[in-house]
Amino acid sequence: MAGRFTLAQAALALVIALFLFVFLVVPVFTVIYAAFTSNGSFTLSHFQSFFHLTLMREAFYNSLYVGSMSVVISSILALPLAYFITRFQFRGALLVQTLGVLPLIMPPFVGATAMQLLFGRSGSLNLILGNWFGINLPIMQGLNAVIFVEALHYFPFILLNLTVALNNIDSAMEESAQNLGASGFRLFRRIVFPLAMPGYVAGAALVFLKVFDDVATPLVLNVTSILAAQAYLRITSIGIDDPIGYVASVIMVVASMAALWGSTWAMRGKEYATLQRGGSSLATRKLKPWQAVLAYGWIVFVLLLVLSPHIGILLLSFSKLWSFSVIPEAYTLDNYATVFRDSPFMLWNSLLYCGIAAGLDVLIGTAIAYLMLRTRLPGRQVLDFIATGAVAIPGVVLGIGYLRTFRDFNMPFTGLPFVSFWLILAFAYTVRRLPYALRSCVAGLQQVHVSMEQAAQNLGANNRRTIWRVVVPLMAGGILAGFVTSFLTAAVEISATIMLVAATSDAPVSYGIYLYMQSIVGRGPGAALSVIAVTLVGLGTYLSHRIMHARSMRFEMLQALK
Amino acid sequence: MAKVKVEFRNIALAYGKTQVLRDIDLVIEPGEFFALLGPSGSGKSTLLRVLAGFARPQAGRVLVDGADISGVPPWQRDIGMVFQNYALWPHMTVAQNVAFGLEERRLPKNVIEQKVAAVLELVGLKELSSRRPSQLSGGQQQRVALARTIAIEPKVLLLDEPLSNLDAKLRVHMRVELLALQRKLGVTTIFVTHDQEEALSISDRVAVLEAGVIQQVGTPVELFDHPVNRFIANFVGTANMFAGTLRPGADGMVFESAALGTLLLRGAPAAPAGAVEIAFRPHVVTLVEAGAAPDGGLIWLKGTVAAREFLGEFIRYVVTVGTNEIVADQAHYTDARKFAPGEAVNLGIQPEQIRLLPA
Repeated sequence: MAGRFTLAQAALALVIALFLFVFLVVPVFTVIYAAFTSNGSFTLSHFQSFFHLTLMREAFYNSLYVGSMSVVISSILALPLAYFITRFQFRGALLVQTLGVLPLIMPPFVGATAMQLLFGRSGSLNLILGNWFGINLPIMQGLNAVIFVEALHYFPFILLNLTVALNNIDSAMEESAQNLGASGFRLFRRIVFPLAMPGYVAGAALVFLKVFDDVATPLVLNVTSILAAQAYLRITSIGIDDPIGYVASVIMVVASMAALWGSTWAMRGKEYATLQRGGSSLATRKLKPWQAVLAYGWIVFVLLLVLSPHIGILLLSFSKLWSFSVIPEAYTLDNYATVFRDSPFMLWNSLLYCGIAAGLDVLIGTAIAYLMLRTRLPGRQVLDFIATGAVAIPGVVLGIGYLRTFRDFNMPFTGLPFVSFWLILAFAYTVRRLPYALRSCVAGLQQVHVSMEQAAQNLGANNRRTIWRVVVPLMAGGILAGFVTSFLTAAVEISATIMLVAATSDAPVSYGIYLYMQSIVGRGPGAALSVIAVTLVGLGTYLSHRIMHARSMRFEMLQALK
Repeated sequence: MAKVKVEFRNIALAYGKTQVLRDIDLVIEPGEFFALLGPSGSGKSTLLRVLAGFARPQAGRVLVDGADISGVPPWQRDIGMVFQNYALWPHMTVAQNVAFGLEERRLPKNVIEQKVAAVLELVGLKELSSRRPSQLSGGQQQRVALARTIAIEPKVLLLDEPLSNLDAKLRVHMRVELLALQRKLGVTTIFVTHDQEEALSISDRVAVLEAGVIQQVGTPVELFDHPVNRFIANFVGTANMFAGTLRPGADGMVFESAALGTLLLRGAPAAPAGAVEIAFRPHVVTLVEAGAAPDGGLIWLKGTVAAREFLGEFIRYVVTVGTNEIVADQAHYTDARKFAPGEAVNLGIQPEQIRLLPA
């Protein structure tokens, strides 16, 4: 490598930069610009009017409250589980792994309706409690409903991050403290807790981010007084020029960034705490009988909660009539018939959009990973920074940005507005899922030691041949993982989707489910479509795990069981 | 600091079906600098962890100062241990790491501050007390780990492969410092190592472990000069070994083997006749040209040089004798006679340097 970079590398970087600029940077800045200007000049008056509106103030506090409380409830669900797995000899590793994945393959808005039927004022649980004890738990009332549903779906982020953090603590960290006289709770407070903290904070920040971002769940649950819903409603009902929607968007971006910053801050400089070569994880103890009862009791309880949206949606999909009863009163296959008659095009739409998005994601991800780790191209970190920054942009905000930025842009040849062209959905998905695909590609490339490439070059392969014959095959695992994750998560994306679907014929499955769930008669078919979608996503997740981790999984399982 | 005695009494420990320690019986004298030497998997670290309380033997007792500590939890043992990877807590500064054990002992704040300062001074890290472990070099981290442990003034100091994470130069330097510090503190010290040079160079006595069994205990010189078995002879230094039978002869013991023929071991102590193995160090073999006049005091063999390695202070020759090979180290100095591979040579072995080992 003679120069600092080649022309081809520079051209590649330029193309990616252009894409990110047009579909991420410009839309976001358009939103910010709209929030801070009036007739082209800078103003804070939109923010003033925003906070003058009682509804907006309420939405602002509610969003913070729902986000924070979701973190609290998620923590209550996750902390004991993480503790059981990492500190005790435990036969529930697979069970807890399942607990970690199940909620994530189904977005919260899908199960929300079913949760209303199970835990609502006149839902199954309260009907039983009312009959037996004469009490009614307000689980699904107002903001409680949003918090409950979101926490149930997103607590795995805390569980997984915290488990990894705890498992990565070298047992010598604990033993040296014991050796110097610490034990029991003091040992936990002074050594284990501080070392596991970054993992917990990272998970908590992610939960907060996801909840803050979610617009569909509150809407399905008839809660409109939160920021995401207000941003969506202002823009779609009052109009694309209404400044209040943009102010709400800016506040959401700021809150997301704050959460991310908090998690980076917590992780800062802590990575060296992790397990060193030759080290072993914290010692595990045997459960005493009463502890075992408690532990397994808690797991079964959480498992029931976690499965309740899935069970609920399954029941709903087969129900002819379900209201004011513990379980549906009559069953039918009509809902599935309706879906198969009316909605197969949605499946094809999802396949198309998510296929394009996932494909673009791994292309861009691989390219950025390569530019970052293997070249000295100036500005390569900027690409990484911008692509990763998409994490902090809520889907609704991205959607609003697209609508505003491209509103006067018509497609060549057809002359139709670009914002009503389906491809814009695929691009939104690409941008939204890029950070995750990128991390997966970077991790894949980091595993390829540079000496392997140098060996290929030493034996006569040029740059392109080296990439093709050595780098890409070795990165394949990471690339495939990135593709599958992007595809599956894009398939259940809703926040940007509800902003950008212009015609029902362009709707992907996620939007279809959301539409169905809006009406009482649509609930059955909506549930049926959900069952089909979740089954496909679950199957995809399972198959990709089987293919990619056939060997490494077994190893991890052994590790986890040790 | 009162010097204490450590006794292992019939310690046996197994993880599942793997027997890690078998009937370990060992006494470490007060104030001794004692090494546990052995290859990886020999059980030496486990024995150290038994003393620290992190491994529980199925049988046997551990006595410190005559008192059985088998039932005492690790945090009440007052036995300081320096971990192989140092185990410094990344969320605490150097001073906080060192203060930890003192805080656990609920000492008054000013006493803690004094002791931390004193012990950091002792290991030469006074200026770095507010740094984080990640900002230190490997050698500095090791000193912090040591400071943290000696701050609590432990009854016994345990060092688990203390030098293995340092580079070669620093390792030699640190082992001298370790010994000096130990002499200053006078604390009974046990350290684990797989490096025989390290064990022999600084310890008062060494126990060599293999497969969970103590093979030999003794001073470094005893181990080197009088290995009790094949394993020790090979593990501590290098040895030429041949199996054969021993019988009494007119002028002393006679050793017969297929490999070397009949050798008269003049000056060797009387030993029971039967199957034995002989062992001798490479440096007790003298090489001379094939035609040279033999010295009557040595045992002579004929051979051919197969290979040679120049090692600075000496040249290591591999000489073929019949179908076997003998390693012979010849001191090197300018203009010393060197032998080329393929050259015929005579090998002279000092009979009194030949050791008899059980076959």
